[in-house]
Amino acid sequence: MNDKNLLLSVSKLNVSFNSHKILDDISFEVKRDDTLAIIGPNGAGKTVLFKCLLELIPYEGEVKWAKDVKIGYVPQRLNVGKDLPLTVEEFLRFKEKSSKKIEEVLTMVGFKRNKEHLIHRGKRLLKTRLGVLSGGEFQRILIAYALLGNPNVLLFDEPTSGVDVSAEETVYSLIERLKKEVDLTIIFISHELGIVYKHAASVLCLNKEKVCFGPPHDVIDKESLQKLYGEDVHFHHHDDHF
Amino acid sequence: MDTNLLMLIFTGALVGASSGFLGSFMVLKRMSLVGDALSHVALPGMAIALTMAINPMLGALVALTVAVFGIWYLGEKTEIYPEALVGVFFTASLAIGILVTPEPELLEALFGNLETIGLFDSVVTIFASFLIFIVTLRLSDKLLLGVVSEDLAKSGGIKVSKVNLIYLLLVGLVVALGVKFVGTLLTGAMVIVPAAAAKNLAKSIKSFQIVSVLIGVLSAAFGIIIAQATEIASGPAVVLVSITAFVISYFFKAE
Repeated sequence: MNDKNLLLSVSKLNVSFNSHKILDDISFEVKRDDTLAIIGPNGAGKTVLFKCLLELIPYEGEVKWAKDVKIGYVPQRLNVGKDLPLTVEEFLRFKEKSSKKIEEVLTMVGFKRNKEHLIHRGKRLLKTRLGVLSGGEFQRILIAYALLGNPNVLLFDEPTSGVDVSAEETVYSLIERLKKEVDLTIIFISHELGIVYKHAASVLCLNKEKVCFGPPHDVIDKESLQKLYGEDVHFHHHDDHF
Repeated sequence: MDTNLLMLIFTGALVGASSGFLGSFMVLKRMSLVGDALSHVALPGMAIALTMAINPMLGALVALTVAVFGIWYLGEKTEIYPEALVGVFFTASLAIGILVTPEPELLEALFGNLETIGLFDSVVTIFASFLIFIVTLRLSDKLLLGVVSEDLAKSGGIKVSKVNLIYLLLVGLVVALGVKFVGTLLTGAMVIVPAAAAKNLAKSIKSFQIVSVLIGVLSAAFGIIIAQATEIASGPAVVLVSITAFVISYFFKAE
């Protein structure tokens, strides 16, 4: 990779399952400190693209990360049973044994302290089981898990699926705050246009093939939306968010 | 109490501990029924070993290893566990095993018989149990992260499919150790029931694993003592003690 500002370059990426094309000839680049949103309808191949970026599934084409890249991955809301006897502390210790570092990242993602302990609804957060956390709280634990590896890029799969609206806002403001505190490039999947205008510097519109790529205001237009979501989509310009 | 009985209790307790420990992951992976059915595969292996005058434990181990590779392969190749296929395959091997097993040995192969456990079995059990504990402790974090999210584990560089295979091979090993104590029909219960009981009580993974091991140890030890004292088959005795633990745990279920 020649350009030092380039973090990721994807070229001619193709994925098929059982001769069914999922991703068709996708190419794009991500610069350092960018915030890239990947949008598209259900079944557009957004999560599959993420899995290629993480080398979780086989693909044709090229996915090239900068040499110094450290990826933190925040998966789509996981189905953790309420009865899974796994505490926040035990989960985070899969990745990091130092209690000091664990407490640091938990504070970073917005959990509050009460004297000596981090607290969740009046109880010690570290001793709380994952299954009893709300969607937004669990999302933040997953972000904390990703942050434990000191990543310089975060991959977020639908940061807000299964999260109630007020928590949704905090997840995005949290992402914005993290970007200011830590040197981070963010790539996130979303299907909400409003979020993209508000939080992303660039956008990749995906519907099996690349429909558009660039700054949201330049590349999202009536034509690209129709290609993404079909004919009946109402086109809103979200200037008011800026 | 004579030394023979003490040795039986000791090795039985080790099998209980190993199966309780391994079972804790089985329950979290939602593979309990696979674990139970797996034990049936031991029967044809034992039967063939008996007719060839080899130690039936070794026959069971070979049959189980083959079955484990089968389960692992199916699990890797399909999104959902092909439960029906597993059920068909395992009941088939049970049916064939019942036909092939020499009649005098059939009852003990199905329900266990402490009389036939010799020094060789005890020594093998002790070594194998330690092996199971050491390997499982090393795999524990990786297995558990895989339970939370396979993608998260894989993206962290964990070879999930290899870890799963090693784990299933250990389950096959513990079932082979258990068949002489509780028989092929009930060994699966030694893996599943202590863990299910412990899950009712646990507030963390650590307490879950410790309690599961303890219930496994106590079930095996008390089951063997009861079987010896009342001259009933050891299999039902061990399993009913662990079922009792499960019923009690249900009333103390953690919130």
